[in-house]
Amino acid sequence: MGRYLILLYEDESCWAAVGQQETEAILAAHGRFREAHGDVLRGGGWLHPTATATCVRGPGGGGNADAEGFAAGEDALVTDGPYAETKEALGGFYLAEVPDLDSALALAREVPAPFGGVEVRPLRET
Amino acid sequence: MTVDPAGAVADAHRREWAAVLAATVRVTRDLDLAEECVQEAYAQALTAWRDGVPARPGAWLTTAARRRALDAHRRAAVAERALPLLVVDDVAPEPWGPPDDLLALLFTCCHPALTAEARVALTLRLLGGLSTAEIARAFLVSEPTMAARLTRAKKKIAAAGVPFRVPGPAEMPRRLGTVLAVVHLVLTTGHTAPTGAGLVRHDLLDRAHDLARLLRSRFPGDADVAGLLALVLLTDARRATRVGADGGLVLLADQDRSRWDTGMIDEGRALVRGALTARPVRRYAVLAAVAAVHAEAPTFDDTDWTEIVGLYDVVLARWPSPVVALNRAVAVGFAEGPAAGLAALDALTDEPRLAGYGYLAAARGELLRRVGRHREAREALEEAVLLTANDVERELLAGRLDALG
Repeated sequence: MGRYLILLYEDESCWAAVGQQETEAILAAHGRFREAHGDVLRGGGWLHPTATATCVRGPGGGGNADAEGFAAGEDALVTDGPYAETKEALGGFYLAEVPDLDSALALAREVPAPFGGVEVRPLRET
Repeated sequence: MTVDPAGAVADAHRREWAAVLAATVRVTRDLDLAEECVQEAYAQALTAWRDGVPARPGAWLTTAARRRALDAHRRAAVAERALPLLVVDDVAPEPWGPPDDLLALLFTCCHPALTAEARVALTLRLLGGLSTAEIARAFLVSEPTMAARLTRAKKKIAAAGVPFRVPGPAEMPRRLGTVLAVVHLVLTTGHTAPTGAGLVRHDLLDRAHDLARLLRSRFPGDADVAGLLALVLLTDARRATRVGADGGLVLLADQDRSRWDTGMIDEGRALVRGALTARPVRRYAVLAAVAAVHAEAPTFDDTDWTEIVGLYDVVLARWPSPVVALNRAVAVGFAEGPAAGLAALDALTDEPRLAGYGYLAAARGELLRRVGRHREAREALEEAVLLTANDVERELLAGRLDALG
């Protein structure tokens, strides 16, 4: 068995433009997806838009100012917004535990992502 | 009596490599380790077979490779593994018999999660038994670049969990299409090597042959598979006549048709006839039908170019492709004359996917020559010379330039 993160990348402007009725229909589709695949899904979530994101970028990334090689006292930089402006942004995710990539891809094909697509990433097992 | 088994080992390498490797992968669940074990088994055969070549060399090699794999596994059991083991089903999921390791290996190498370049490279390495250097030369990259490409692909297979398995019926049509595209690329790359001194890469053509036969044995009812095998046979039937005694390229018009392999042509034509009856029409069946029209013409002048244009129209209507459109324009140049061919070609000159494609310039040069526009023909042929990296093709183009005066 392997764990896979299914990342939903969608056009945020589409989400902003649709009415409540369509939003509810998409959420209902996600509900059906979760119900149909509850046996392999280990988690998931719907993200607020990228406008709500805050980046923490230390020398070396992630605000890891204590790591070797960084000047003492040098603080991580906290900034507003996502790293880069892209048309399609990460908007949600599912975590699934399935036997192999083919099963993960079969699952990914059923994820509702009307304004973009999904990316499947295997998790490192440590 | 002792014999020198080198010939028998080389023969077994050619015939049995893929099957031995595939059976070993099932044990190692690790592509690199399987390759090592199989290479060692072949090395072992060089001495062990001095007292006689076994009746079933493939079975002997598989047993030897698997024994090494089990030893290696025992040694590695305590060691840390950098990558997860390949996903291999414990029981045979195929209801019709024992697991088909050879086919599973092919579908693993041609998995859509890999890049197109990686698929063909892995297939040539793991099923074709070609060396990294040989594959690198076929695709115009350096050996370290190709080695890195193969390593990256194997890593992705292990890390992402690409399974070692024949896909189920639901996935099969899509997955088989990917495999066919890989075999077709091996065929076209072998037919006219993109680089180097020789026109033909015999090793690639032989591998395309083997792979098409393997698919035909496993999917006897599939019209695309039949079409692809027919395309391989009808193309390969001309192999001996495409290069002259001086090593120069001999064009279709000038080939000695009495030396075409009639056995391959007959088998190819029979396959085409069957494949063309499938509905909806299948791409490889129609492409093979084009090759069959050429094979059936007793002389170049007897070629039914109108039929060929019609077949290309069928392909283009369903599967638009600039390269097929270029081939169609050349056929129009013979069916309706060079002016009509040029008109068909002009529609393609702005096609971005043909930019830098030497055959477009070469075809244009030839049509311009035939309508008597020699200055423009010269420019087009000079462009074509710059764009080809195959010595034999460049030689032919240079000869045409000289003939223009």
